[in-house]
Amino acid sequence: MANFFLDNKDIQFQLQHPLMRKIVELKERGFAEKDMYDTAPKNFEDAMDNYRRVMEIAGEVSADLIAANAEGVDLEKPKVVDDHVVYASGTRQNLDAITAAGLGGITLPRKYNGLNFPLVCFVMANEMVARADAGFENLWGLQDCAETLNEFGSEELKMKYLPRVAEGATWAMTLTEPDAGSDLGAVMLKAHYDEKQGTWLLNGVKRFITNGDGDISLVLARTEEGTKDARGLSMLVYDRKSMCHKVRRIEDKFGIKGSPTCELVFTNAPAELVGDRKMGLIKYVMALMNAARLGIGAQSIGLCEAAYREGLRYANERAQFGKTIINFPAVYEMLNNMKARIAAGRALLYETTRFVEIYKIYDHISHERDLTAEERTEMKFYSRLADAFTPMQKLFLSEYANSIAYDSLQIHGGSGYMKDYPIERIVRDARITNIYEGTSQLQVVAAINHVTKGTYLSQIEAYESEVFAPEFEASTFAPIRAQLAAMKAQFVEMVARVEEIESAHKGEGFKDFHARRLVETAGHIAMTWTLAKEAAVAPEDYTLQLKTFVRIAEAEIARAHAAVTASTWDDIALYRTILED
Amino acid sequence: MKEIFKIVVLAKQVPDTRNVGKDAMTPEGTVNRAALPAIFNPEDLNALEAALRIKDTFPGSTVTVLSMGPHRAAEVIRDAMFRGADGGVLLTDRKFAGADTLATSYALSCAAKKLAPDMIIAGRQAIDGDTAQVGAQVAEKLGWPQVTYAEEILGLEGGKMTIKRRLENGIEVVESPLPVVVTVNGSAADCRPQNARRIMKYKHALIPTEAAACPGTLSAELSAKHDYLQIVEWGADAVDPDPSQLGLEGSPTKVKKIENVVFQIKESKCLSCSDDEINTLITELIETHTIG
Repeated sequence: MANFFLDNKDIQFQLQHPLMRKIVELKERGFAEKDMYDTAPKNFEDAMDNYRRVMEIAGEVSADLIAANAEGVDLEKPKVVDDHVVYASGTRQNLDAITAAGLGGITLPRKYNGLNFPLVCFVMANEMVARADAGFENLWGLQDCAETLNEFGSEELKMKYLPRVAEGATWAMTLTEPDAGSDLGAVMLKAHYDEKQGTWLLNGVKRFITNGDGDISLVLARTEEGTKDARGLSMLVYDRKSMCHKVRRIEDKFGIKGSPTCELVFTNAPAELVGDRKMGLIKYVMALMNAARLGIGAQSIGLCEAAYREGLRYANERAQFGKTIINFPAVYEMLNNMKARIAAGRALLYETTRFVEIYKIYDHISHERDLTAEERTEMKFYSRLADAFTPMQKLFLSEYANSIAYDSLQIHGGSGYMKDYPIERIVRDARITNIYEGTSQLQVVAAINHVTKGTYLSQIEAYESEVFAPEFEASTFAPIRAQLAAMKAQFVEMVARVEEIESAHKGEGFKDFHARRLVETAGHIAMTWTLAKEAAVAPEDYTLQLKTFVRIAEAEIARAHAAVTASTWDDIALYRTILED
Repeated sequence: MKEIFKIVVLAKQVPDTRNVGKDAMTPEGTVNRAALPAIFNPEDLNALEAALRIKDTFPGSTVTVLSMGPHRAAEVIRDAMFRGADGGVLLTDRKFAGADTLATSYALSCAAKKLAPDMIIAGRQAIDGDTAQVGAQVAEKLGWPQVTYAEEILGLEGGKMTIKRRLENGIEVVESPLPVVVTVNGSAADCRPQNARRIMKYKHALIPTEAAACPGTLSAELSAKHDYLQIVEWGADAVDPDPSQLGLEGSPTKVKKIENVVFQIKESKCLSCSDDEINTLITELIETHTIG
């Protein structure tokens, strides 16, 4: 009886974070529902006990069933039969078990049959499921679409669709089209209001839709005839039961093969408007994307964990030259670097989750009553942090999933290249994480404004002002604090230089040219701090990772700093010569 | 007509014997339960699943878990409630202590008489004793028909149950009138997982002895307030038994010793999961008298 919750004390640690008290208090509205529902917690300890117990089930289902099915699902793959998707048999089993375990609707309010758990628990469950099978997580994790409906849908729509999540309804985020990928403003699928039937009807084609044949779909469609940009797009909810869509094909992918990526044709498909017309892309898809990006962070860390454990196991089993290969510096250094990046990445992921969480809960409360001035300030504060850290964590975590899977396969040597070990599947599955829900390059675009507007810098300064235990300062942190100060100085210098050159040329491009270096520098500093905060609380568990990670961060920042310092405006012209090739 | 069944599932909390160490036995020759983690006997989970499937098919049916053991055995009843059981009865009394399969079966049959179910479903055997005697003896003591080695309950109609049995040389489908005792094989469907909502609802369910041991706690307070949070606790007197058939006095069996048998690999063979290959293997093993 393996268990991905019980065997992972780093996840359990995240559940103990001091902010949880505030989060639970807010999420439960001061335990207002304790006498209304027999499942509602009566106090903070009772709530935490619920989370632990339920996460333990998620850990058990992930380890015992989903992980065991992963290889079979990867081989069998979903199929199209009579214009609709038939999941691989293991996928069906996973869905049935996870629904029977009551893990649907983790964050939804109780009145919609949800568990009303914090987002932290949803991220955690996704992390465990992804460690078992990232392809299945891709499909199951789409239930975060329900949160978008919960945020923007009418009460009528919510009552109609949200309770189905607990019963196992799967979701789809039906956005992209052949000519509208990263540029969603170009979406052409048409929705027109049919007066006779009293409903919106969808007509057109969607492409690259994860779980496109899911039970409930949020569809981005052009409701305003004659428009060509984002302002003509609205979001609609489509119920699979109407069966006015066909799956034309399932893409043959490199990884996450169990998750059907569909090309869909809608023909006079009835759908209901979510929120206001014309706000589809501008507001709702942005919210949807941000939630999904957190989901990819969770998926990525799950992949990291799986890859690291496979690498560690192999390094301990495989003997060459008379000893197990973990004894060779080249191997143990790799494993150390993997472990440190996982610790720092997870710290960043859950830190971001808490920012998003507090902001979202306040947002919901603001629809129930007026917020106090203090609450409004707090909501704004966390909303800004959520905005800044969501693309940041997606960028780092997805790149880590790739690099850690790559290193783990490397440790396996030739055997890792064969289908005999799970690591080759993990490498394939990881490859999508830094592409979908916005490529790494697009995460940088979303994050760069927070470099220039100072969001990251002010948060780094907030970390600096936190007081750690004197023993930890003295024994471990004093030199790291000095390193962090030097890294921050480099960051400030880089930003100043880029801004100076950018403004001197009144041109566009220099900031964009160095954007990734700037965002990653801020990220390396922020991750070192979030990890340091954990090491300060649990030095026995995180000091080694902190000491390793600060070296990684220092080296990466030195490289970025050198590149920016050496760079002049002429670089733009120099690098653009490639356009003439 | 809508049919509703009252189902009793026999469940045992057992020491996890998958890793038996030196201190697995007490000097008195009984199993040292303190030295091993306590778990839900695996085949009793298969039995619970079979019962819950009947409840799924015939809504309104009830599944009551009956267990005998020390107070902490209430844990298996809670576990069963988290998976879908409606409630449970724990037989617990010093007078039951030291019971072998005979005395256990007697005590369980007394409790079963009081519960008067339409059927009793139990695991084939418990991993601490591996006797497979309790289910069968309960049926004998009640004078009910028994169906052993059940893999699946195929149907329930007109007061009759149809059962698929998994035997050494194949499968057999039998029919039995109700009430009946069914013992279920490990090859039957795995039990459904614990359910998040049920955990939150039932985690404060206690037997009275547990509630008395933690006065003032949230669990004790809630358990006192809600009937569904009260697990029934019966002492020997509650089931009106013949005292001479209980506990050590009613137990002719004594354990001599326990050994952990390690199978050594002599010859290995790779098989696919197809029924054909597995059937071929079974035939071969029967022919070579390895099994059967």
